[in-house]
Amino acid sequence: MNILPLRLTAAEVRRRGKRLLGPVDLTLGTGGVTVIVGPNGSGKTTLLRVMHGVERLSSGSANWAVPDRDAQARQAFVFQSPIMLRRSVAANLRYPLALHGVARADQDVAVTEWAAKIGLSDALTTPAPRLSGGERQKLALARALIGKPQVLFLDEPCASLDGAATLAIEGLLRDARDAGVRIVMATHDMGQARRLADDALFVLGGTIAEAASRDRFFDRPQHPALASFLNGDIVT
Amino acid sequence: MNTITEGLLSAAKLVVTLDPDLVEISLRSLRVTLTALVVASIIAIPLGTVLAIQRFRYRRTVIALLNAFMGLPPVVVGLVIYVLLSRAGPLGVLGLLFTPTAMVIAQVVIITPLIASVTHQAMRDLWADYHDLLISLNATKRQRIMTLIYDGRRTLLTAVLAGFGRAIGEVGAIMIVGGNIEHATRVLTTAIALETGKGDFALALGLGFVLIGMAIAVNLAIHALSGTEREGRW
Repeated sequence: MNILPLRLTAAEVRRRGKRLLGPVDLTLGTGGVTVIVGPNGSGKTTLLRVMHGVERLSSGSANWAVPDRDAQARQAFVFQSPIMLRRSVAANLRYPLALHGVARADQDVAVTEWAAKIGLSDALTTPAPRLSGGERQKLALARALIGKPQVLFLDEPCASLDGAATLAIEGLLRDARDAGVRIVMATHDMGQARRLADDALFVLGGTIAEAASRDRFFDRPQHPALASFLNGDIVT
Repeated sequence: MNTITEGLLSAAKLVVTLDPDLVEISLRSLRVTLTALVVASIIAIPLGTVLAIQRFRYRRTVIALLNAFMGLPPVVVGLVIYVLLSRAGPLGVLGLLFTPTAMVIAQVVIITPLIASVTHQAMRDLWADYHDLLISLNATKRQRIMTLIYDGRRTLLTAVLAGFGRAIGEVGAIMIVGGNIEHATRVLTTAIALETGKGDFALALGLGFVLIGMAIAVNLAIHALSGTEREGRW
């Protein structure tokens, strides 16, 4: 069952009279990596949360190709600050599988496999909150991918990580993309955006100011604010 | 000072000789308190957790009431339960007045709000941490509650131990509904009250020291069994 495409139609989020997002019209098709860039407070995170269904729309609609309940079970989200359950590394990896009733033996196989992929095979019994920032983010990503989602949302997954940790995360994301996972990611790191994106969105003032394929987005930006943003100018 | 020394000596003598009366009322104290603790925990922990994650009308009122009930005067609780369980009361037909069961009921009423309130505080903080993740993972309400209780179990232990401390030291309510009947409903606290009334301060103090020792022993045992403060444990 393919949950894509996702269609946002005149999607708006307002809180306490302030418009945080929208109106946004967007279709998220199958395959590839979409990178969302924009200044702080522009609405990147809200857009991701709306697509994932954890942020309620004030108006407009967000429709998957299947009923929301089915779509929700086939997507995952990695937050900027990785949320670690107060459990061991193994228990964190096991958690989404247990939630969805995967057999214990299958859980064990998946946990072993993913712990090896993220280099935490020797830390399976370590309490997850005691891991370093990079390890926690890798664990959060593995926990998101272990349930084999069709769509993966990431909110600045490499913020405040060093080069090695960023490289490891990007490797996992490439593997996931190659395995057919649709990736939508917000980032402030333009180098990372160029390395990973198949297409990109520029969000400004809660709306999508520009959406284009990677080459056009980065090499021939149409929106003046995007051109300034890519030049490193301060855009508000 | 002499009285305290005599009390300590009296306590030591009672313990060393395994005084049959002391053993009997100590075991009854433990049985009543632990039963009340289990019943109250079964009610209070899920209640406190639901209050942390569920939004509903009058939620704040319920939380405020729960916090207020933490300070319920035990004598008043005892009186109300006495009226309910007395022969003329609505539950008189059950014949529970002046039984250990009545004492358990009184203790449950007294400690449930305390455990629920501490649970609510702890679960509210944990829910703030976990909210986005559990919503994102599409966890059902039951799964969310079970996750919070499991991951917050160390904090919940504090809530349960607070309930134990309040229950084991309770005297007002259980004196009223239990009646302090020898070989039937006499427990350490009511025995202390009785001996104090009789003017035997040394024995009363001795029983008091035994009570304190028992409370400490139970706390240590629960901590040891649950593995808190151990390296690498949660």
